Amino acid sequence: MNPLERHNHPYIPNSQPKIKNEMMREIGIKSIEELYADIPEKYTLKKPLKIPKHALSEFEVKRHIEALLAKNKTCNEMPMFLGAGCWPHYVPAVVKEIVQRSEFLTSYTPYQPEISQGMLQALFEYQSMICELTAMDVANCSMYDWASALGEAARMAARVTRRREILIPKIIHPERLATLQAYAEPAGLTVKKVSYERETGELKLEDLKYAISEQTAAVYIENPSYLGFIETQVEEIASEAHKHGALFIVGVDPTSLGILKPPGECGADITVGEAQPLGNPMNFGGPLLGIFACRDDMNLVRQMPGRVIGLTTTVDGARQGFCMALQTREQHIRREKATSNICSNEALCAVASAVYMALLGPRGFRELGEAIMYKANYAISMLSVVEGVKAPIFKSAHFKEFTVNFDKAGLTVKEVHKKLLQRGIHGGKDVSKEFPELGETALYCVTEVHSAEEIACLADAINQILKER
Amino acid sequence: MFKQACWNEPLIFNLGRSERRGHILPTAEEHVKNAVGDLDELVPQRMKRTNAPKLPEVSEVEVARHFTRLSQMNYGVDCGLYPLGSCTMKYNPKIAEQLANLPKLNMLHPYQDESTIQGILEILYKLERWLAELTGTYEVCLHPAAGAHGEFLGTLLIRAYHKMKGELEKRREIIVPDSAHGTNPASAAMAGFNVVVVPSDDDGCVSLGALKAAVSERTAGLMLTNPNTLGIFEKNIDEIARIIHDAGGLLYYDGANLNPMLCRVRPGDMGFDIVHINIHKTFGTPHGGGGPGAGPVGVSKELAEFLPVPRIVFDGAWYRLDYDRPYSVGKIRSFYGNVAVLLKAYAYILSLGFEGLKEVAEVSVLNANYLMKKLEGVRGLTLPYDSEKPRKHECVFSAKQMKNETGVSALNIAKRLLDYGVHAPTIYFPLIVEEALMIEPTETFEKEELDRFAEALRKISEEAYTSPETVLKAPYNTAVPRLDEVKASHPRTMVLSWRMYQKRMTQKG
Repeated sequence: MNPLERHNHPYIPNSQPKIKNEMMREIGIKSIEELYADIPEKYTLKKPLKIPKHALSEFEVKRHIEALLAKNKTCNEMPMFLGAGCWPHYVPAVVKEIVQRSEFLTSYTPYQPEISQGMLQALFEYQSMICELTAMDVANCSMYDWASALGEAARMAARVTRRREILIPKIIHPERLATLQAYAEPAGLTVKKVSYERETGELKLEDLKYAISEQTAAVYIENPSYLGFIETQVEEIASEAHKHGALFIVGVDPTSLGILKPPGECGADITVGEAQPLGNPMNFGGPLLGIFACRDDMNLVRQMPGRVIGLTTTVDGARQGFCMALQTREQHIRREKATSNICSNEALCAVASAVYMALLGPRGFRELGEAIMYKANYAISMLSVVEGVKAPIFKSAHFKEFTVNFDKAGLTVKEVHKKLLQRGIHGGKDVSKEFPELGETALYCVTEVHSAEEIACLADAINQILKER
Repeated sequence: MFKQACWNEPLIFNLGRSERRGHILPTAEEHVKNAVGDLDELVPQRMKRTNAPKLPEVSEVEVARHFTRLSQMNYGVDCGLYPLGSCTMKYNPKIAEQLANLPKLNMLHPYQDESTIQGILEILYKLERWLAELTGTYEVCLHPAAGAHGEFLGTLLIRAYHKMKGELEKRREIIVPDSAHGTNPASAAMAGFNVVVVPSDDDGCVSLGALKAAVSERTAGLMLTNPNTLGIFEKNIDEIARIIHDAGGLLYYDGANLNPMLCRVRPGDMGFDIVHINIHKTFGTPHGGGGPGAGPVGVSKELAEFLPVPRIVFDGAWYRLDYDRPYSVGKIRSFYGNVAVLLKAYAYILSLGFEGLKEVAEVSVLNANYLMKKLEGVRGLTLPYDSEKPRKHECVFSAKQMKNETGVSALNIAKRLLDYGVHAPTIYFPLIVEEALMIEPTETFEKEELDRFAEALRKISEEAYTSPETVLKAPYNTAVPRLDEVKASHPRTMVLSWRMYQKRMTQKG
């Protein structure tokens, strides 16, 4: 039976037939059909769709979805060593509480600033704390994710320099590369890869010097790199870029910035990155939170994509307040000449990150960086003593991710990971197809949430698997 | 009477004390530290951070209080009417929130082995099928993070299609009506197309004559929202589709206004080849002050091979992520979409079903027409474009007359409405209406709340004609009075971060 026949749906108060009739009387119609009378008959749906027919009770919805989710196995149920763009970090309880406040949750983009000061201030604080962390001057209030932020950064660099070539490291996340290409190609940009030092994984400077030219709009690097090592030549790369009039774009994992030198102190003109680790759960890869920041240079700031919140005063000058700034760059005003088409972004995730950054403070970020680096390097030391394993491949310092190679064991990553899973452990990401030259290699991730026990368990299991062979 | 909280809350940087901490993180065990040795030696010298970030130093108590106070100076759908035109501010079911906050979703990593993610893949696969049914498309991609992201993907698909046919070189133009959302021309431009604007006729619909004159062998496609931004159904959609398709172009449906069409009319049946859906509008997921949303894209069979990877496939027993799509446009973001948002949409569809979604559409239209009727005759407001025609999800009034007669503009009306405890409508859009007030009540609000809104507008009109000063200086009851938005963007006064603020202060001495 249709539960809506005589009563309203809980979410639709006016769906009560009696109220509908009252309203129709007021409008002067007899049936709702009259409001659709201008739609050609041939388009009117004649048959029910293949979707659930009746409204379910809230209890049934809950039971149904919980049953489906129960089929998943999460990192709460097994030690897991996956990272590569989406990382397991602890989300403090207060972060979750704040982003569930319905005044934040159910509000729209703050078009009417006087009634939206809370969201505007929270986003201004997010921007400001991202600036402190990255040592940049201006940040927008979010992009969709790191990958799309990179795509936008490349396009921005091209607009600023009026050039069309982007240089990127060969060691880059394949999904970020694919996204960059999707954003770059329609703008007529070409993306060129710079190779790496086989020994350390770091960017090959000779290769960069060979590739860079007066056509180069931007040089992009990631630090820590996709494969986890720390790039140490950042300042040389920056000066090489600037020497040729190109912009320098740096991609970061912000959890490293309590201990690693921030992009703003290394000559970055634009910083992009992924702030999901700062207070946002993994959620199977989305929503994420793209960082986008630049220097205080109007040539850059005017070309920035995305929403930016600014400080202002009331008209009478008596009080401070916040509102959206530089809207003339945006699509709703500039239309096809806008710096980007983005409007809805990841604002609430940015609020979560603001709460997270405020909770941690300078000391918390140092402690976070240290905890991650200790634990990841502990995992490296535990795995590298397993016979048949090389971890990591590169002779470089690693932050939270590192490569694990099984070539000497004569096993594929796939085989090892299958056996690990049988033992209730989830291995890292198989990157052997992404970088065939690195052999049977996986990318492992260890953060502050991994315990020494879990790490020991992993090393032990891999040891057994390799011995069994 | 409405009175918003006004805390005069300092910036978080001005709270706390030196060395105060807000959270205790898990640390490395002693034996771990011993095994690794001195971190100072491990971190390469040249890459060490020497200046600690100047973040706030606050306790958890202060953090909780600060952000709770900020939230009290914000306004959401749970606070009251939010008739922001084209934004579809409807109720966000709490059960969906609860389900999206379960660890069984939160703690899932996107690269997990397929055997450990069958549940979430099933949810996403079914959601794709349902959205395809609801839009009359063949396949749906859940990746886009927002409506504009969906548009970007859509225009990339138009590119891929013409490229495949070897016609991209000459098909350089995308047509948009003058009433289109700003994202349409912006998205077309992002995908490398030139934008051709066609005007609307006196009845508010796309001018067929102008459209015919605009199409050519250079036409790559048309982006259209139907009903359009005036809330009027494009009655000539049949002819429009024919004109575009005959010219070899594709038809793109901007789904921002899909709500009134649910389970009644499907974009695919109207001839649209590509459709984006604003999950955070039509499917009841919260806007979060500007995201995260989700903007899935549905396409006709012909375009399915171009969709981003991976695709979720099902063989009757097992769900799998398929990357083997040689003609795919690749990726427009990392991973598979804003999954936590998508799960809420799945819960929303279950909570309403076909019958409930049809009710959503019909009551959203009923509410819009009811409000339109109630606002008829409010002094100074007029309804441009065929006032006899029923509107769909929204109606657009003009305050031009009021402005001429009293000096009170659409902006002033919007600000004054805030004092009555309702959010303002969208203003100055669509661009083809002077002093526009674009009102979309959605199906969410009960008749009494709609009546209150109409009454508030009526009172504001009275104020405008009797004591315009009151309206011109509004708002009074919000956390802050009228803000100077120009100052925020002026190069000399612009402050976009705490860092910039301090720099400006130092410069001033």
